[in-house]
This record gives sequence, structure tokens and C-alpha cells, in this order.
Amino acid sequence: MATVTFKIYRYKPGAIDPPRYDTFRVEVEDHTTVLDVLETLRLDDLTLTYRHSCHHGSCGTCGMLVNGREVLACVTNVLALKTDEVVVEPLRNAPLVSDLVVDMTPFFEKYEPVGMPYIRRSEYLPEARPPEAVGEYMRFESCLECGLCLSACPVVASDAHYLGPAALAAAARVVQEPRGHDLPAIFQMVDNDEGCWRCHAAMECSSVCPNGVDPGGMIMFLRKMLLTQRR
Amino acid sequence: MVSETYRRPEPRQPSRRVWAWFRLRGRGASGWAFVLHRLTGVVLVFYLLLHFYVLSNLARGPQAYNAIISAMKSPWVTLLEVGLIAAVLFHGLNGLRLMLMGLQIGVEQQEAMFWGALVVSALFTVVAAALML
Ligand code: SF4
Ligand code: FES
Repeated sequence: MATVTFKIYRYKPGAIDPPRYDTFRVEVEDHTTVLDVLETLRLDDLTLTYRHSCHHGSCGTCGMLVNGREVLACVTNVLALKTDEVVVEPLRNAPLVSDLVVDMTPFFEKYEPVGMPYIRRSEYLPEARPPEAVGEYMRFESCLECGLCLSACPVVASDAHYLGPAALAAAARVVQEPRGHDLPAIFQMVDNDEGCWRCHAAMECSSVCPNGVDPGGMIMFLRKMLLTQRR
Repeated sequence: MVSETYRRPEPRQPSRRVWAWFRLRGRGASGWAFVLHRLTGVVLVFYLLLHFYVLSNLARGPQAYNAIISAMKSPWVTLLEVGLIAAVLFHGLNGLRLMLMGLQIGVEQQEAMFWGALVVSALFTVVAAALML
């Protein structure tokens, strides 16, 4: 058990405006996550807003900045942060709705047109035999659509039209495994100055991505593809 | 009630925010590389303008040119030149790193390449400083 100070960003249009930070002293245990703390604090202040669903790092809704870095709050252990003060803020580069909640519309506006299928046939463990009723093993694409990468990307910060790391990584996945996709359309989408050529390789997307999508590496893959295709 | 008063807030940050590039809290080594690349790039642009200015004195005759060249011999300018060498080295080496990454070479080693660019730039800057100062 330890006591940690939480500084939480608060903003509600017209109500908590200008924004401010609320400070709390919180008792945490070894297993306490940032999301646990928010849920405890919310018992005393029902106006505190944040997004979450699964509590285990798979829905991608609880993305926020903790001590300036993009994380999923539900899998961020407080004591592992090793700071006496924990600053919790909403993701960057997205319209702020309230407190820790940002509007994900701009994210999905860029992400969905790529049309990456969410579920694919698993290419792992070819020797594994699925049970009779299951035709074949399927797996989800790794991207959780959490938006952490867009928040961490300095280019997204200065250029709202940039397609951004998540959508480009999705496009790269489609190129890797087209399965009937219209590849020329995908290339047209990414081969321009708001697509994969806008990236300046800060690689922060890959460093914050909670699920190993490696958007930065995928963007470099797209570049290589486009360069070798043009030959 | 809520829907009547609710208005979709403007983005907390508008879209063209170059200063956001330099927000380094929470960023990793590659984020620093990005920032250093931009800063050294700006240094190079300023140097180029200064260089043109100095050369433009040629058009004003030998006296004017000699005057500016002797002004450029001040130890302060030499110190700035050492800084310039550091900027040129880092920008060049990191540029090489970025080009390799764009060809999908060494993407996984990009952080090590950044440290390499930093160390090599620092070493050669020290050598240059020893020779010039
Ligand atoms: S690429 Fe990674 S960081 Fe970006 S939205 Fe997908 S899971 Fe999140
Ligand atoms: S609550 Fe689902 S990822 Fe955190």
C-alpha cells in the first residue's frame, strides 16, 4: 500500500472551462491500475468522465496520457510508474469532449475507409488442429483502434489532414494480405503527401502502440513497396 | 437539457501547431531524434542565409568584404562554427538514418542508429573544436 498524488485534467465545455487539474491523494496497492483509481474517484464525483470497457487491454477505449505518455489506463500499473505524482490527461490531437474523453470521429474517418478486415485466418501454429465444429482458427487484427499512436505523432499534431499511423498501418496490412482487396485503391490512398510520405519517422507511434502493431515500421514497409513498384 | 446546451468543442489544439513538435515530455529516443533533426535543420537554414549575406558583401567591393571576413574571425563566431559543425554532422547522419528507414533498412535498429549518429557527431565535433579553438 502506498499513497500517490493524482493530478487529473478536468474540462467540460461551459462548466469546467477553462480547464483545470484536480488533485487527489490516493491509496494504491500493488495491483492498482490508473483506471482503478479513476473508477474509485468517480464514486465521489460522478461528473468525472473517461472511457473504458474491457479492463484488460483489448478494447482500446481507455487511452489517455499518463505522465505525458500515451497508455491504456486499464493495464497501467500505478506503482510501476515509479512517480509520487501521476498526471492524467486526455489524448492529444483529437477534439476534447469532456475531462479524459476525446472525440474519436477524426480517427475513424481516416481509419475506416481503408477497410481492413478485423478478423483473418490465423497464420500461426499450422500444426494446430481446430475442433470439428470450428472450420479454422481465426485471429483478430492487432490494432485496437485506441488512437494512442495518433496522439503521440508530432506530424498528426501539426497536420490534421495526415492520414496518420493507424490508418497507414491498416493499409499496410491490407497490402500484406490483400484477400481480394482493391490494391490500386489502397495505393492511391497512401501514395501522396498526406499519406505515407508525410511521415517524418519520429516513430513515437510504434513506441506507444500497446499491441505491437508497429505503425512506423508499417509506413516504412509501404514506402518500400511504393518505391519498388514504381520501378 | 444536455443536448440543448451541448456544443461540440473546438479541437483543444488547432491543426497547424508546429510548437507541438517540441513537446518532449513522455517522448522516447526517436521522438528526440525528430526534434533534434528539426532544430539542426533550422540552424542550417540560418547558416545558409548568413553565408549568403557574407558572400553578398563581395558585390560591395574588397573593403566591405575584408571587413566582414575579419568580423567573422572573432572567437565567438568560431564557437558558433563549432555548433554549426555539430548541427551539420547530426543532421547529415540522422538524415542517412531516415533514408535507410524509408528503404525499410534498419527500422528495428533505428534507435541504435540515432544514438550512433549522436555519438559520432559529438566525437567529430570535439575533434573539430580541438582543431579550431
Ligand atoms: S496502431 Fe497501435 S496505437 Fe495505433 S490505434 Fe492501433 S493499437 Fe492503437
Ligand atoms: S478498458 Fe479496454 S483497453 Fe482498457
